[in-house]
Amino acid sequence: MELTGAQILIECLLEQGVDTVFGYPGGTILNVYDALYGYSDRIRHILTAHEQGASHAADGYARSTGKVGVCFATSGPGATNLTTGIATAYMDSSPVVFITCNVGENLIGKDSFQEVDITGISMPITKWNYLVRDVDELADAVRTGFAIARSGRPGPVLIDMLKNVTATKAAYEPLPKSEHAKHGMLRALRGRAAEEFKAPEPNEADIDALVDMIRASKKPMLLCGGGVVRSRAQEAFTRFAETVDAPVAITVMGGGGIVGRSPLATGMVGMHGTQASNMACDGCDLLIAVGCRFSDRVALKPDSFAAQAKIVQIDIDRSEINKNVRTDHHIIGDARAVLERLNRKLEQQDHQPWKDYVFSFKTETEYDDSPDKLTPKQIFQSIAKLLPPDTIVATDVGQHQMWAIQHFHFDYPGQLITSGGFGTMGFGLGAALGAKVGNPDKTVIHITGDGSFRMNCNELCTEEHYDIPVITYILDNRTLGMVRQWQNLIYEKRFYQTTLDRGPDFVKLAEAYGLRGRRVTNVEEFEAATREALEWGHGFVIDCAIDTDEMVRPMVSGGSHITQFLLD
Amino acid sequence: MDEIKRTSMAVLVDNQAGVLSQVTRLFSRKGYNIESLAVGTTDDPAISRITIEVLADEDHALLLSNQLRKLFPVHSVKLLSPQRSIRRELILLKVRAETGEKRTEVIQIANIFRASIIDVSTGSLTIALIGDENKTAAIQAILEQFELLELARTGIVAMERGLETITAETKERDEFNLGKNYR
Repeated sequence: MELTGAQILIECLLEQGVDTVFGYPGGTILNVYDALYGYSDRIRHILTAHEQGASHAADGYARSTGKVGVCFATSGPGATNLTTGIATAYMDSSPVVFITCNVGENLIGKDSFQEVDITGISMPITKWNYLVRDVDELADAVRTGFAIARSGRPGPVLIDMLKNVTATKAAYEPLPKSEHAKHGMLRALRGRAAEEFKAPEPNEADIDALVDMIRASKKPMLLCGGGVVRSRAQEAFTRFAETVDAPVAITVMGGGGIVGRSPLATGMVGMHGTQASNMACDGCDLLIAVGCRFSDRVALKPDSFAAQAKIVQIDIDRSEINKNVRTDHHIIGDARAVLERLNRKLEQQDHQPWKDYVFSFKTETEYDDSPDKLTPKQIFQSIAKLLPPDTIVATDVGQHQMWAIQHFHFDYPGQLITSGGFGTMGFGLGAALGAKVGNPDKTVIHITGDGSFRMNCNELCTEEHYDIPVITYILDNRTLGMVRQWQNLIYEKRFYQTTLDRGPDFVKLAEAYGLRGRRVTNVEEFEAATREALEWGHGFVIDCAIDTDEMVRPMVSGGSHITQFLLD
Repeated sequence: MDEIKRTSMAVLVDNQAGVLSQVTRLFSRKGYNIESLAVGTTDDPAISRITIEVLADEDHALLLSNQLRKLFPVHSVKLLSPQRSIRRELILLKVRAETGEKRTEVIQIANIFRASIIDVSTGSLTIALIGDENKTAAIQAILEQFELLELARTGIVAMERGLETITAETKERDEFNLGKNYR
């Protein structure tokens, strides 16, 4: 059948099973929106306040559902406003397809109004991008883009198209998703990069070698990284950990890879890792990292990281092996597939003395609790008490993010939505909205700080308009807490440019957007406000006053040995 | 840290706009200056071959090649060991030679190097020479006694000796096994 490029694009989205798109229209993408109008019974478009919000929403949707998120934006500033969202998705391996339109063929390359080379700009932050110049390659490009985004190590893809492509009519042949791999660009790509589209079969000899290493180990330790979450490998990972009988530390991206209160869980590892996690990494004789790239926040000092251990890396991405830390053995493959193979071969191990040693160290930070004030731990204990256990938590970046990961015990992959790699302040609200849209039956909360919230609080209007009930908790210390913490500890308390003694009044701001808000200063008020938010059932903002000088503990400064705690 | 040495990589890529910048970006992002770069199509016009030389140690060369392989327009990457490969480039040297005596001298030098004179004017001679960097450096050093007006080089192209080719992935497994020290 003959369709316009815009219609072909949307037909291709339907082929992928897309029913939700986040975006923002503009001049060059108008044909697409005009066509989308005709499909509005099948595809729901969520209009955000800003393209960045849309990009984070599509990302939050993808992370929480495991499906590919989709985000639309126009050319020029619309496209560049996506870049922070694209980079965020890239660093955390989140599958999102970004669709942008560029100026028409007759205007491209002439510095036309709202023209920008977005495929050039997004090259370092996309897994793949493509500029569609001819309507005949549009369907092929979209099918290829989706396959690339979700396959192998997932990641964001950007497809840019000229405005005239969206208006030109061309033949469109519907093709079921299962057939895509047999056609066009995708067929050629699969032919030569088969591993990218079908995770490599774990090498049997590699598996056997690791089994032998585990048998020989007296003090094994596991790191649960984002790969466990992305491959939804919790069951296999948990069984593996139990069979090896090893303590398990999570990275920021690994939250939910194992049940948070598992008796094997030692909590987070690295810069703000627990004593138990960091001491175990330092003392173990075998460290098995699953889906973890040893970032500088985990392996703070690569040369001395787990220096007494044989380090084993299990990763789907070959280029991660030996990138940050020199390993002794590695297995290439999807985390779940590799762990299932290991589970079949490995018999029950027993490491009680080693576990006793590791768990003699703290697995959670203690605070001076008092009824007159709120501490991070109290906040997350109250949340755990009052909200359903499967509540999805989206965070922004900073102290509140670390506290959320330290004190909210995540139980399943996709429960924690956080910008771990890129550290994007302003990520949380958009991501929470996307998560709620993708999981309408679950409670979704947004944990933020006053600094992060100010960055993209404009999305409260999206929350109100579409009635997406998210509870925002602002851990409000009236400062840029994490930076202040560094100033406090490393920069001799010169608190320059980090004090946020300014508006707005967050309660009034929520009300101005048509939502409700409460300011709370102690546990009793906190719990009352949480109950009110749950009863009300719409968007709600709770401004939680916490101590300006509350710090994230423990802390090891960047580049230091993992057990050199600056703060306990 | 291993020894830093000049490393050649041959990369087969889709012959498309933007692919070269994608490949070179990977080097610049990691702070590698490209010492030599040569690009041209292969026997298949849809595929180009890029030969890149950088100063890197073995670990980093491996990381770079792994990351190159991740790019979708890249078909294959091969690290070429200097012992097992042939490396050549073409250089053009334009020399001022205004007298018959000087011209004769330049022609003699060119003959010794088996270079060819490809252009002559009343005031100059242009010489073309094929060789690796040792040979091209040698002729350049000798010709410096004359006034060297201009020099252009193609960049090194390289290929493995014998039957091995870039498309046969025979060495790949060995390369990836490098980091395995558990035995």
